[in-house]
Parts: sequence; structure tokens; C-alpha cells
Amino acid sequence: MSATTIPGPRKDPAAAARLGARRRRADLLLRGFGFAATLLGLVFLVSILATLFWLGLGALNLTVFTKVTAPPGSEGGLLNAIVGSLVQVGIGTAVGTPIGMLVGTYLAEYARGSALGNAVRFVSDILLSAPSILIGLFVYQIMVVPFGGFSGWAGSVALAIIVIPIVVRTTEDMLSLVPNTLREAVIGLGAPKWKMVTLVCWRAAMSGIITGILLALARVAGETAPLLFTSLGNNGWNIDLARPYPSLPLAIYAYAGSPYEDWIALAWTGALIITLGVLGLNILARSVFRQK
Amino acid sequence: MSGTALPSEASAIAPQGFGGMQARSSEALNATPRIAMRNLDFYYGDNRALKAIDLDLPERQVTGMIGPSGCGKSTLLRVLNRMYSLYPGQRATGEVMMDGRNIIAPDIDLNELRARVGMVFQKPTPFPMTIHENIAFGVRLHERLSKPDMEERVEWALTRAAIWGEVKDRLHSSALGLSGGQQQRLCIARSIAVRPEVILFDEPTSALDPISTLKIEELIDELKRDFTIAIVTHNMQQAARCADQVAFFYLGELIEVAPAAQLFTAPRHLKTQEYITGRFG
Ligand SMILES: Nc1ncnc2c1ncn2[C@@H]1O[C@H](COP(=O)(O)OP(=O)(O)OP(=O)(O)O)[C@@H](O)[C@H]1O
Ligand SMILES: [Mg+2]
Repeated sequence: MSATTIPGPRKDPAAAARLGARRRRADLLLRGFGFAATLLGLVFLVSILATLFWLGLGALNLTVFTKVTAPPGSEGGLLNAIVGSLVQVGIGTAVGTPIGMLVGTYLAEYARGSALGNAVRFVSDILLSAPSILIGLFVYQIMVVPFGGFSGWAGSVALAIIVIPIVVRTTEDMLSLVPNTLREAVIGLGAPKWKMVTLVCWRAAMSGIITGILLALARVAGETAPLLFTSLGNNGWNIDLARPYPSLPLAIYAYAGSPYEDWIALAWTGALIITLGVLGLNILARSVFRQK
Repeated sequence: MSGTALPSEASAIAPQGFGGMQARSSEALNATPRIAMRNLDFYYGDNRALKAIDLDLPERQVTGMIGPSGCGKSTLLRVLNRMYSLYPGQRATGEVMMDGRNIIAPDIDLNELRARVGMVFQKPTPFPMTIHENIAFGVRLHERLSKPDMEERVEWALTRAAIWGEVKDRLHSSALGLSGGQQQRLCIARSIAVRPEVILFDEPTSALDPISTLKIEELIDELKRDFTIAIVTHNMQQAARCADQVAFFYLGELIEVAPAAQLFTAPRHLKTQEYITGRFG
């Protein structure tokens, strides 16, 4: 059996050249479309950012961070809204993260392929894409109505509910990237499964999970709809979580819709602050993920 | 190579029951078995991956396991430390005796068993922690040691695994920064540190360069003074170099087990001869 000759016609240089030209044309076309689409996307993004900086930078000064919101005409800032956002986002993340991590861990380590696991994953994914206003209404029904009023607690819970499915998703994804041989190596030393999960798998997936948590933080930092029905907003200084609670997105929402020039300017500044904060969180998330 | 030791072709391809034909390996090697398998069957669901295996791992000897891909070598190792028990649908029947107990019985304490039967995998599996923590992790699972005792144990294990000199100045940096060969020796150190009685190696050098391979082979030779060792390998020279006895598997059956010199020079079965002369596999 001599298998040295390649079957099929001999290579024809002219045909090869024609083929090459066709490939180059196809390549050029695809590159052109890709470039145009990218440009279009960038135009929108840049124009949003440019507007934000143009209108937001004007009112950005120290009083924004040192004074609370004030009636139109008097010198006011966003201190209460910024603090209110930090507190609610902080509580929401602090509550949602452990729950999300435990659920994600259950899905990845204990319920692979089980019916209950699939059901939980399905529900969590639905929650992930649920409109956030629905979550606001839900918390309104279970907390605001029974306890007789809007509160920072209700706002924090609404944000926690948004955080949970994000953290579930990333935790599960990151844990499923941990190779099975690593798990077997831990078990092979005589470790019980819970130690394998907590001491090795979590550690192996840590940077990915932290990235997910930071992205969840970034996501809820800008949420407005779920707070509208839960913490309502507060124009005064308030850190009592049992009462209506201020936040940046709600301040922007209220001020941007007002007829007063200085309030509108402050709304732009608030939007700029959130955007920069979210940008910072994203950069942090990327660098955490990269440093592995 | 003497052809006279080969049985007739008809018996070499007989479907079942090679086990009874050969002398027990441990008798051949004059050593007490540390682990004795009798009539061991293994199933992945309905797929019978090991068929009526009778094999002894003689105490403080190296047993090499060879055979073509898919013949059940890894499966056998995973029986010996009950790794298969992690997965529903995988089960073993028969006897695997160790210190008078059947270790595939359901009432065995798996964590204790795995402390006694350690395993090193094909790909190095360093934990995402420091070199020191990698070693201390396994020890802490089973023993409470004072800090100086732990330091001593870590140094002992790393020394036995022939890597102490390379890592003693970076014990507290991440194990993931080591080279592949170093990582594999770290994994060996991690297994040793638990002070097992048996160590299972599943193709421990197939992902390594020749120099690292040589180091690990020397290491295995050195380790058999204290441990009973089973090593799966695709490398016939490696089996010849490292193993005291060699077991040849084919399609889930143990075809032949004999002292290494004998198996490689005068195999009794045609299949063994075909395999070691590279005619298939
Ligand atoms: N998880 C599994 N589920 C089902 N069948 C499996 C599983 N793992 C292995 N098998 C089957 O069991 C048989 C033995 O596999 P095993 O991994 O023990 O072979 P091996 O001798 O180690 O091969 P290799 O030299 O390629 O590592 C093969 O036929 C394989 O297809
Ligand atoms: Mg294998």
C-alpha cells in the first residue's frame, strides 16, 4: 500500500491565486462592517460620556460632598444621597453576597445534574433577568405595606435580591471552572467534602467570585426602580434605616425632573459620580480577575 | 526473549480467568501483600470496566501497571482509595483486603482510608495556597501538630520528595509559581506528609520533561523503602526501571503479573508479549 500520493487534482497556481483574492475581499468586507458597527456603538457611548462630563463637571465641587440636599436656590449638595446609597448598597451586598455564594456553591458542588439543582438554577436565572421594578414592587408588598412605610431596610432588601442571582451565577460559573482533578486531589488526602469546598475550591475560584461581587455592586449602585417603591428617597439628612432613605439614583430621578436649574445641574453631577464609581468598580473587578 | 515460556495462542486469548494460572504475585516476590484484591469487579453504571481481578500489592514494593489505553488501570487505582465513591453509579464488588478488612465495604471510613492510601495524579494538582500550606493542609486533616512539629513534618516531606532544596527559601510563596516537575514533586510531598502506607501514582510523569521524570523515578525507588507503591505508566522502560512486579491489563482483565524482569523478558502470555513489543496499544 503506497499512500504517498495525495488524492485529488494537482494544485493549480492560478486557481489558488483567484481563491486568495476572494478570501481577501471577504476579509475586507467583514472587517469593514465590524469597524462600522464598532464606530456606531462608540459614538453613542462617547456622546453619553461627553454630555455627562460637560454638564456634570460644572456643579462638581466640594459642597456636593459636604452639604445635604437643599431647597432650590439655596446652596445644597448630595451628601445625604451619597451616604444613603453607600449604606443601602453596602447592606444589600453584604446580605446578598453570602446567600448568593452559598446557593452558587450548592449548585456547583452538591446539585450538579439534580432536579432540585436545575430548578434552583432556572429560578435564579429568571431572577437575574427580571425587571428591577418588579423586585421593587415585590419588596413594597412584603415590607413597605406590612410595616407601614418606606424605609432604608426595604431598599437594602430590594438591592440584596438583585445581588443574589448575580453572585449565584458567577459563583457557580467560577466553581465549575475549578478542575475536577483538584477536587479529587483534596478528597484523596482524606478531606471531607465541606473542607474541599471551603478551603480549596472557594480559594481557587476566589478572584472570579470577587469579580462577580464587584460587578453586582456596580449594578445595584445605579438601580433606581427598586428603590422608588421601597426607600422612597429623603431630602434631609437621615441615617435611620427605619425611615425613608435617600440615595443617589433617587436624587437624580427627583432633581432631573424638577424645573429648577441648580437641581438639574446637581442631577448631572450625581449621575457623573455614579458613573465614575461604577467605572472604578469595573476597573477594580478587571484587575482582580487578571491578577489571579 | 524466550518464546518457550509463552502458552499456546488458544489459552492466551481465552475469555476469562487468567488469574488462576499464575502464581500469586506476592509469592513470586516473597513479600506479604499490603493490599490483596480477590475477584474484584468494577462497574461504571452497567459497563464492567474491571473483570475478576486477583492481584496483590506486596509490602514495600513497587507494582507497575501497564496496558493499552482504556484497559482499566486508572479505574483500579481509583478503587484502592475509593475515589469512585464520589460518583453515584460507580461501584465495585469482590474483595480488596487491607489489614484484614475489605476496603470496598460500605462501612469503611473513607477519610481514614484515603489518609492511608495516598494518590498522585497525572497532572500536578497544587492547591492555590503557599507551598507550606499545601503540605500542612493534608497533615492538619488528620493530626494536630504543634508549630515546630509541623515545620519538621513539612521539611521532612519536602526532603523525601527531593524538592526541599529548591523550595526552602520560598515556602511561603504560592505553589502555583512552581514548574510542572516541581509541582508534581510537591504533590508527592503532600501525599507523603500524611504518612500513608500505600501511594498510588497514575502516570505521574506523562506531563513532565525527561529530567523531572528521572527525578521522580529515582524518588519512587527511594520511597519504596517506606511505602507500598503502585504506579500506572505507559512507558515500558519506566515500568522496567521502577517496578518490582508488573501487571499487564487488557480490556479490564489482568492478563499477567510477574516480577518485572520476567514479564519483560519472558512473558507467559501472547497478549503481553505483543503489547511489550509494541505490536498494539
Ligand atoms: N467516568 C467514567 N464513566 C464511564 N466509563 C468510564 C469512566 N471512566 C473510565 N471509563 C471506562 O472504563 C474503562 C477503563 O478506563 P480507565 O480510565 O481505567 O483506563 P486506563 O487504563 O486508565 O486508560 P489510560 O491509559 O488511557 O489512562 C474504559 O473503557 C473507559 O471508557
Ligand atoms: Mg488512566
